[in-house]
Amino acid sequence: MSVTRGFAGRPRVRNDGLPPGQYDAGDDWPVLSAEVTPELAPAQWTLTVDGLVAEPRTWTWDEAHALPPSAYEGDIHCVTSWSKFGVRFGGVSLDAFLELVRPAPEATHAVAYSHTGYTTNLPLADLTGGRAWIVWEYGDGPLPAEHGGPARLLVPHLYFWKSAKWIAGIRLLDHDEPGFWEQNGYHHRGNPWEEQRYSGD
Amino acid sequence: MTDTPTPPAGAGPAAWTPPTRFAVPGRIAVSNRAAATWQRAVLTDIRRETPRAATFRFAVPRWAGHLPGQHLMLRLRAPDGYVAQRHYSIASPPDDLGHVELTLDHVDGGEVSGWFHTVAKPGDEVELRGPLSGFFAWPGDRPALLLGAGSGVVPLMSMVRHHRARNLAVPLRLLVSARGPEELVYASEYGAETTAVFTRDAPPGVPVGRLSAAQVERLLADGPDGGWEAYVCGSNGFAEHASRLLVGAGQPVDRIRIERFG
Ligand SMILES: Cc1cc2nc3c(=O)[nH]c(=O)nc-3n(C[C@H](O)[C@H](O)[C@H](O)COP(=O)(O)OP(=O)(O)OC[C@H]3O[C@@H](n4cnc5c(N)ncnc54)[C@H](O)[C@@H]3O)c2cc1C
Repeated sequence: MSVTRGFAGRPRVRNDGLPPGQYDAGDDWPVLSAEVTPELAPAQWTLTVDGLVAEPRTWTWDEAHALPPSAYEGDIHCVTSWSKFGVRFGGVSLDAFLELVRPAPEATHAVAYSHTGYTTNLPLADLTGGRAWIVWEYGDGPLPAEHGGPARLLVPHLYFWKSAKWIAGIRLLDHDEPGFWEQNGYHHRGNPWEEQRYSGD
Repeated sequence: MTDTPTPPAGAGPAAWTPPTRFAVPGRIAVSNRAAATWQRAVLTDIRRETPRAATFRFAVPRWAGHLPGQHLMLRLRAPDGYVAQRHYSIASPPDDLGHVELTLDHVDGGEVSGWFHTVAKPGDEVELRGPLSGFFAWPGDRPALLLGAGSGVVPLMSMVRHHRARNLAVPLRLLVSARGPEELVYASEYGAETTAVFTRDAPPGVPVGRLSAAQVERLLADGPDGGWEAYVCGSNGFAEHASRLLVGAGQPVDRIRIERFG
């Protein structure tokens, strides 16, 4: 690519936490959902984990909160190029849910879906091993509705469209099945460190 | 929303969609190759729209074409290899072959919009990839109700221009919100399809205020048989406000498409 005449860009800050092509959005937290923000009360919220599992199960808000708490403190990266550093989300590790439903040996992928019907696909390996959470807290408060509250999936090592807002369920499959953005030209995995933004990257 | 999807357990490998009120399919299939390939674009013209916004016209000889409503990714490179990239909606209609136009607000301290508004001149080269996302695209088929604020009117203008260029009979309405008349982009281009709403100051005789429930209700009541496909674009604040009014006026959530500029 050629150099853009007269373009200097912001002063370079050396930041090893910034994946390629990303910038630090500071205190901003842009909202980019494509659907109407649902009015979903905690009492109406449920999470179902099913598909290729030994014991499919649905948790209510209270039942999910009875699982051992777990928090993520770190960075998040959005495909639209902003990254946000040092955020804290509180909830429960997805491992805790998966342990109870017991994934079948042939389960390799998952579709996470929202109470709005939004979907996104993930390899099961990206959801296990302490790398994914169901979260209902941001900072010290409840997760705001426009950011996915009452509860969202959090998979912070992938671009943030994988962290489905208003999470309703996770279905385990033996194959990959593209979700909402993935059918709209976005990458199937979305690893920010390899800059997997669009299909073909 | 109160629906609680309870999909049957252990479904087989057939494609599966959760039971929902928003599984809005994309309007078109997106070309993955076009989305992945960076192309050189030469700036050919700059047109001032408002004191804070200008339209930048590019020649992109190998542009694959787009549908109204789609956006692209643009990148600039500094001599040391540093790259800044941002998304921009496409303002021009598809029939403007080999060209795309973008309308950029001048964001205070903005890295990319700042370069466009203070440095860029015809002959400069940037790189683009796209078009991206079929979700917000409007092929010109269904009756469309467009609601935009600020630069959120950009992808909607591509729809209006397409509607005119092709002389489409399908109903189209645009509600555009701006702070005041001098901040209204494309002001001279609007026709009978458009209603402008001014939030801070308005021309004599025009009320000042946010987009209201009554305005949205009137547009829905006047809608075609089978209703509108609604397209909402702008800041998150506007998108939340406008989409709530639409839902309140009875527009089904699965017929509201939202593009938020963050
Ligand atoms: C799908 C989509 C379509 C869009 N279409 C349009 C369009 O048609 N027209 C349009 O004008 N915009 C559009 N946008 C917004 C556009 O992508 C950019 O966000 C916008 O132009 C600002 O970019 P910038 O580089 O000028 O500003 P940035 O440099 O990103 O700055 C934005 C704000 O954050 C602050 N900031 C960010 N990073 C730093 C930092 N490191 N240090 C200090 N301050 C910082 C800036 O001061 C400024 O207030 C669209 C966005 C999306 C997602």
